[in-house]
Order: sequence, then structure tokens, then C-alpha cells
Amino acid sequence: MNVLECSHIRKSFGSLEVLKDISLTVKEGEILSIIGPSGSGKSTMLRCATMLETIDSGEIRYMEKTAASTKADGTVLYAPKQELKEISRQYGLVFQNFNLFPHFDVWKNITDAPIRVQKRKREEVHKEAAELIRKMGLEGKEHAYPCQLSGGQCQRVAIARALALNPKILFFDEPTSALDPELTGEVLKVIKSLADLDIAMVIVTHEMAFARDISHKVIFMADGVIVEEGTPEQVFASGNERTRAFLGKYGNMLSEDGR
Amino acid sequence: MSIGQMISQLAGGMVTSTQIFIVTLVFSLPLGLVVAFGRMSKNPLIQTIIKIYISIMRGTPLMLQLMVVYFGPYYLFHIKCGRGYRMWAVFIGFVINYAAYFAEIYRSGIQSMPAGQYEAARLLGYSRRQTFFMIILPQVIKRILPSITNEVITLVKDTSLAFTISVMEMFSMAKALASSQTSMVPFVAAGIFYYVFNLLVASVMEYMEKKLSYYQ
Repeated sequence: MNVLECSHIRKSFGSLEVLKDISLTVKEGEILSIIGPSGSGKSTMLRCATMLETIDSGEIRYMEKTAASTKADGTVLYAPKQELKEISRQYGLVFQNFNLFPHFDVWKNITDAPIRVQKRKREEVHKEAAELIRKMGLEGKEHAYPCQLSGGQCQRVAIARALALNPKILFFDEPTSALDPELTGEVLKVIKSLADLDIAMVIVTHEMAFARDISHKVIFMADGVIVEEGTPEQVFASGNERTRAFLGKYGNMLSEDGR
Repeated sequence: MSIGQMISQLAGGMVTSTQIFIVTLVFSLPLGLVVAFGRMSKNPLIQTIIKIYISIMRGTPLMLQLMVVYFGPYYLFHIKCGRGYRMWAVFIGFVINYAAYFAEIYRSGIQSMPAGQYEAARLLGYSRRQTFFMIILPQVIKRILPSITNEVITLVKDTSLAFTISVMEMFSMAKALASSQTSMVPFVAAGIFYYVFNLLVASVMEYMEKKLSYYQ
């Protein structure tokens, strides 16, 4: 089953058309990386898919439930509030700059939403949170506040916070762009470790080696359109001029050492 | 009159001043939040009304506002308010004046919150109410505490303005005693009262700031 189906998404900010007819699907457990130059619309695409921005036209469906669709007269119709709330339980988002709640400690950042929003049993949530903390390598940091953590630790808390709600699909909006190379490594390692959780992931990233290693599918976006789409091997070895120009020597290097 | 007698007379004024102070804070702090919401409302009518209200409250002397609240009902509408209205007029005047100042402080705090906090809360499924009271307001309070301290200290001294409509608070009492006894003692006592009161306010607020310094 497709977890996410976006078709013919258009989005403009004023006169600037950021997304020009973008369509993509993500199957259950599939890992999709979106690469491309800055300003190509990658983050906007994620923000539209997670309803942080409204689309100008197109259709968004999660698990075959329609969240947004375009009527015959061209106006976009979003599902009723309650239905959207239901649909939003299917996805989570990890931000570039974490957006942890600074006044909550690590434990509360992870457990508050499952308990307060999803109204799940406290013991069950605590058990899961302890497991997530272990998985993210955050043991001993349960009662630290975000300001006492490194950027890498913050991002791992943010990932745990998103996972605690048991989403079917997790979006990552340049999860390592705010981190130095050392911290980037630890976060990427954690994301890789999620691959066997069977959660679909959509990752907007500038880490080419990472995108190639982890993804089932790679999308290359430029100027608001999908230039190329395929397996990592196909995209990184692409003969397309625009793709080559972006990847530069990376493309060659990766496709050579990749086999 | 001995100094002891003067002090005991002044004590009655202290009680009234403290009363004005407490009532004003208890009502203007929450009312200020409501006003701040109105000021940030998307409804242009509400927004304009609140803007005008804040502008008048900040742009005219509190002394004048107290007089309008006290004399207004009779001069404008020939409504006779009983003797007890004097104190009510003080409470109303102070509360609506301070709510306007607090509203602007709240607004500055709320608008300084990064959009990411709202977005994260939304993605995690928090309702708008939960987002505001659980995520936003606690952080706003931490940010605006220093500005609130300023206002509260001003309020302590402003309580003396109640003398304009002859409420016998600390300052009116001191003034009356000083002229009847031709003595500086009541003024000195009043000065010490306001100073110690504010010392107390400042240390309470400092304690609260410290309590909230566990995060950044």
C-alpha cells in the first residue's frame, strides 16, 4: 500500500512558483531521499506534505485517505479538521533546527505528546520511551534539558519524539544541516538504524553518500520540478546534464566506488 | 501626636495601598492576556478597538483616567454611585490601565516566539489550546518576566495616585498627617514603605527568574 501519494502539487509564494507539478509516492517501509540545490523546493514539498503549508493545487493522500484534493473549479479542498487530525497521526517530521521544547526535559519532550495528545497509557508510553532512548543512544540524558545537549543529541531527541507517536511515515527536513561533520555522522547512523523499523522515510538531504547508501529511491529536484527519479544507482550515475551539474564530481565518485 | 501614633495612622493607609496593589495585579495580569489576544486578533474590528483602547490608556495620565472613572458616571449620565464607589473606581481605573500595559508586554513575548515551536506542536498533534498553554505561554512568561517586574514596581508607586479621588491610601495619609502635624516624619515613613515594598517585589521577581533559569 502507498503510505503517501502526492500528485500534481503546485505551490507559489506570491509570484514565485516554488513547486511546479510535483508527484511522488512512498510505499510502506520505503526510504526516499530528495536531493537538489538550495531553493529547488525540497523543503516546501515536505512542508506541503505535512500540511504546514497549504497547496495551490494537486492532491495529497495518506494510506488511501484523501487529505487534500483539487475540485473541478480549481480550488483546493482540505479534509475536515477531525479527519485531518486522524490523518496527521500517520506522519511525523524532524526539523532542520530540531524545534525541541526547551522547557521540557528529554523525557517529557518524548512522552508528553503520546500521553497528552494520543491519550495512551502512561506505563506503555514510558516503556516505549525508554526503548527509544536506548535506541537513540541517549541513556543518562533523560532529565537533561535541550540547552544542555549537543546538536547531535538534540536531533536524536527530536527523532525519538517523532517516533514516539508511532507514525507510518517520517519526514526529515535536512536533519543534519545544522550540525558539524562529527555530529552529522552520529545522527545519520541513528537514521540508518531506523531502516529496519519498517517506517517509511522521506529524507531531504545534502549528504550524498548517505542518500545513496540508505535510500530505495532518490528524487533529484531543481527549480520546482522533479528532474530525475530512480534507484540511487540510476540517479547517481545519471547522464542527465542538470543532475550531473549538481552532483559534480560527487556523481562520478559515488557511482564508481558504489559498485 | 507621638511618632508611634503617626505610624499607626499610616498603617491604615498601608493596608489600602497594598489592597490596590494586589487587586490590580490579580485582575490586570489575566485581563492583559485577553487584551493581547484582541490586539493580535485577525478580526480588524476587534483589533482596531483594542488598539484605540491601549493607545488611550498609555497616552493619557492615570490620574486623569481615575477621575474619569470616578466622576464620569455622574457627570456624563447623572448616575449617582454610593460612597463605596470611590474604592471601586480606583480598582477599575488601575486594572484597565495596567491591563493595557501588560497586554503589550504579552504581545511582545508571544510574537517573539519562533514559528518552529508552533509547527512542532502542530505536527505532534497538540490542539491550539494545548499548544498555547503547554508550549508557548510558559516560555513567554520566562521571556517577559523582566518587563513585568518593571511594571509591577511602577504599580507600587502608582498606588499613590489614588489620592486624586481622595482614597486614603498611604500617600494621602502621609500628606494629611504631615500638614496637620507640621512634621517630616510621615513623608519619611511613606518613603520607607514604598522602598521596602519594592525591595520585596524585586526580590520575589528575582527569585522567579532564577526558578525559570533551568532552561534557555
